[in-house]
Amino acid sequence: MTALEPVIGLEIHVQLATETKMFCGCRLSFGDEPNSHICPVCLGHPGVLPNVNEQAIVYALMIGEALGCEIAERSTFHRKNYFYPDLPKGYQISQYDHPIAVDGRLGDVRVHRAHLEEDAAKLSHKGASGRIHGSGASVVDFNRGGTPLVEIVSEPDIRSAAQAREWAQLLRATLASLGVSDCNMEEGSLRVDGNVSLRPAGSDELGTKTELKNMNSFRFLERGIEAEIERQRELIESGQEVEQETLHFHPDDGSLTPMRSKEYAHDYRYFPEPDLVPVVPTAEMREAARAALPELPAARKERYLTELDLPEATAASLAFQPELGGFFEDALAANSDATPRAIANWVTGDLVAALREQDLGEDPYRSKAEPREIAALAAMVEGKQVSHSAGKQILAKLAAEGGTAAGVVESEGLAQISDDSEIDAMIDAAIESEPEAADQVRSGNEKAIGRIVGAAMKNSQGRIDGGLAREKILERLG
Amino acid sequence: MPASEEICRLSATELIAGIEAGSFSPAESIEAWAGAMESDDLNAFLWKGVEGGAEQGSGHLSGLPVAIKDIFCTSGIPTTAGSRILEGYKPPYSATAVERLTEAGAGLLGKTNMDEFAMGSSNENSAYGGVSNPWDRTRVPGGSSGGSAAAVAGGLAPCALGTDTGGSIRQPAALCGIVGLKPTYGAISRFGMIAFASSLDQCGPLTRTVADAALLLEVMQGQDQRDSTSVGLEAPIELPSSTDLDGVRFGVPAELVGGDVGIEVGVREVFEQTLSRIEELGGEVAEVTLPHAAHGISAYYVLAPAEASSNLARYDGVRYGLRVEADDLVSMYERTRSEGFGPEVKRRIMLGTYALSSGYYDAYYAQAQKVRTRIAEDFTAAFQGVDFVVTPTSPTVAFPLGARTQDPLSMYLSDFCTVPMSLAGIPAISIPAGLAAPPEGGPELPVGFQIAAPAFGEQDLLEAAHALEMSIGFQRLDQREGEGA
Amino acid sequence: MIDREQVRHVARLARLSLSEDEEARITEQLSGILEHVEKISALDLNGVEPTTHVIELTNRFRPDVPVEAPPREVLLEAAPEGDGDSAGFEVPSPQA
Ligand SMILES: [Zn+2]
Repeated sequence: MTALEPVIGLEIHVQLATETKMFCGCRLSFGDEPNSHICPVCLGHPGVLPNVNEQAIVYALMIGEALGCEIAERSTFHRKNYFYPDLPKGYQISQYDHPIAVDGRLGDVRVHRAHLEEDAAKLSHKGASGRIHGSGASVVDFNRGGTPLVEIVSEPDIRSAAQAREWAQLLRATLASLGVSDCNMEEGSLRVDGNVSLRPAGSDELGTKTELKNMNSFRFLERGIEAEIERQRELIESGQEVEQETLHFHPDDGSLTPMRSKEYAHDYRYFPEPDLVPVVPTAEMREAARAALPELPAARKERYLTELDLPEATAASLAFQPELGGFFEDALAANSDATPRAIANWVTGDLVAALREQDLGEDPYRSKAEPREIAALAAMVEGKQVSHSAGKQILAKLAAEGGTAAGVVESEGLAQISDDSEIDAMIDAAIESEPEAADQVRSGNEKAIGRIVGAAMKNSQGRIDGGLAREKILERLG
Repeated sequence: MPASEEICRLSATELIAGIEAGSFSPAESIEAWAGAMESDDLNAFLWKGVEGGAEQGSGHLSGLPVAIKDIFCTSGIPTTAGSRILEGYKPPYSATAVERLTEAGAGLLGKTNMDEFAMGSSNENSAYGGVSNPWDRTRVPGGSSGGSAAAVAGGLAPCALGTDTGGSIRQPAALCGIVGLKPTYGAISRFGMIAFASSLDQCGPLTRTVADAALLLEVMQGQDQRDSTSVGLEAPIELPSSTDLDGVRFGVPAELVGGDVGIEVGVREVFEQTLSRIEELGGEVAEVTLPHAAHGISAYYVLAPAEASSNLARYDGVRYGLRVEADDLVSMYERTRSEGFGPEVKRRIMLGTYALSSGYYDAYYAQAQKVRTRIAEDFTAAFQGVDFVVTPTSPTVAFPLGARTQDPLSMYLSDFCTVPMSLAGIPAISIPAGLAAPPEGGPELPVGFQIAAPAFGEQDLLEAAHALEMSIGFQRLDQREGEGA
Repeated sequence: MIDREQVRHVARLARLSLSEDEEARITEQLSGILEHVEKISALDLNGVEPTTHVIELTNRFRPDVPVEAPPREVLLEAAPEGDGDSAGFEVPSPQA
């Protein structure tokens, strides 16, 4: 049997960070009291009309430009008709055959289109109620209803779950750098759905695809797509058919279950929204959108490589992870002594590890460490005022408790021992404590020196420089 | 101080003049009209109440009460659109058109009966009962602004607001012997006007005189930030004063007025007389062609129901209005909508849903939109040769209550002459042109004469209508009754 | 033209439950109306632009500035289930 190749496309919904909703003057909110940002328009009262938020158009144009899209000369809104309690008008205003941006590219994946629409309200299950019999009631919170959304649809250019995650991260970094969205996956301001199918490797045809929803972190995105690829592979290899359906990802056990198909087959009856007139981006509007673009992640990575001489992987993770990159830029700005490369290594290495350990996700600003102190720490290690291993301890302390690097050095007594006689005494003690290793070194096996260096570091609590210790041990045993 | 009866015999412009001259106060006017409204025995009003208008000097319409079709949202005042599904609904805001009137000092004089969601040509589709035509109480007032037309014709209000999607101002105005103006699409904001077919709906006045229509139009017209499709008019509307039609060219479209389109003999006679009168006033009458106008009804009965099916999806029992409880969501939706909507509304929702559904869109909706393009082009071409296009407003005089309720298609065809102008978005006015006996015999009934102008040609349209009105000297029902005729 | 099965399907899409009688009547009436309406499908309108807006306008925008809404209580009390004490719009659960 020929190998099967995954074909993956992503659909990303991004909530725009405007002041007000897409079609009315209600403020956007997250986590406020339910139904505290509502008006006749976003409740779909009789007689109301939608009114396009200019800033949403500006943001959509910025997204289109940042993704290298062609901006439509004339873009129109349609109504997508279906009944659901989170949809107050019985239709969603969206874009259909004339989206605002088409045919772009980000990294190695083509962008099919980007279009504007309004978000649905939030429906939550309430459980049994006195007034509504049967298996319970739901409550609709219209605060979110009408939030401006841009939906970005990629071409099915992605070939693995890991690539899907990486591309989604690059897209998120790009959107975050534009400042058009909070891009918070947990809070739902960035929602990524995946379309997955398999086909014989090298083939041009497309297999039956499934749609994956509810993957609300990059990790879950990768895991969900991976699980779906496996599920489809097993089906196909056992001679069964993949069914076209929408699957819900369960983060707790990584399983996928078909979403309850809505009562009736969908027929959205799209037709042009008569209440809104076409958007015709003028040269000025497009120019303004281009001018508002900051340095985009792809360009930032290039700069890190060429100007700051960072290693490829470090440059990528700083450029494509906006919080990490922002933290790094802040550290760089506060710094005078350390090399960018040293700061970058501390940020992408130990700081990220500390975040993981403290279960703080991917945002370094959520740790207690200040960017300026990480820069100071990098400078101290580079200037050999503290050893590298002491540096690791300092960072852990900064991340957990905050404060200044100098303060930690002081309070923990981690400053490098500069008194030669003190160092010599510690080296001697280390050699004595590892007689076997000392013998091996004497007989020419230099590899064994590591254990003695380790002992010296341990005894000094990392306060001597590893290189120096090694030199001194060799002097004695050489 | 004149007696209430005298105040209630005045047109809106006369009323304003009387107040300005100090003959009576705004409060006296409002009180007189409130009394008139209270005497309603036509079922013209769904809500009888008066708001504002009595204050002296609050605007140039101070003292003028306006009856409001129940399709306009009025803050805190019941607004049903003639439907059970909105029974008890009190909007949290007011329509722009209503706000503009009240800001000019006008008062609100009740909410008038109408066909449910403006779907109908007889007012028999109201969930709150039909309306009688004051000329003959066994007959319909027309629709869908039947309550507004009956109120003005019956002397219950000096003027009223209506909405016109395919003829809903002009046709009832014609059947009740008053003036009805549908402005250019976009002249008046639709914000707060409960939507039937958004690309066609337009607000307009129903009045005793052409000058009154001009007065109200000027107050209400103008771009509104809240309605993206509103544009307003290019220049303020002035009260019309023309008394002749020298050199003005009127085009008669064979497609709408030809021999085979079902125009009643009496209606045709009045129409022909009016054409002769135009010539007497110095105007020219020519034949024009609107090759696609006869397809107007077909296009209209695809586009309007399609938009309506979407516009009426919001009535789902969740946020306001009627809810019929059920254990599951879909049953709640279905029961609420099935009990809340009347038969005509359901029929149109069905028709529109079908026309938009998968596999039918191109054959129906897209094709109808193209017919619409052609009809608009037809008018543009016709206006190269004439200033106005004229037709009878309605092919018939007011028909008996119940006569057409069993045959929706025949009801739809009563919009034959008014629908093409709606599709083209151009302004059109109906003025009373005379009386004609119905084909089945009985007392004579009003016949309306429709004049249509190019988009934004309202001022010229009103001038021509005014000249003709002066010459015709039609005696309104209230004038006849006033003379004890 | 249109048959009972189609009428049933359309009614489901439109969230209308029709009685047997209504279904029969609407099937007949819609067929009659569609027969009339279908005359337009015979017209050759290839290449004609469809009209969505009869008056051509573009770029009607609103500044991104909050606008005061009517009091929240008024909006909540309008709900059929509104009882003032729950800040919500209650519906039977879609999962029911
Ligand atoms: Zn709102």
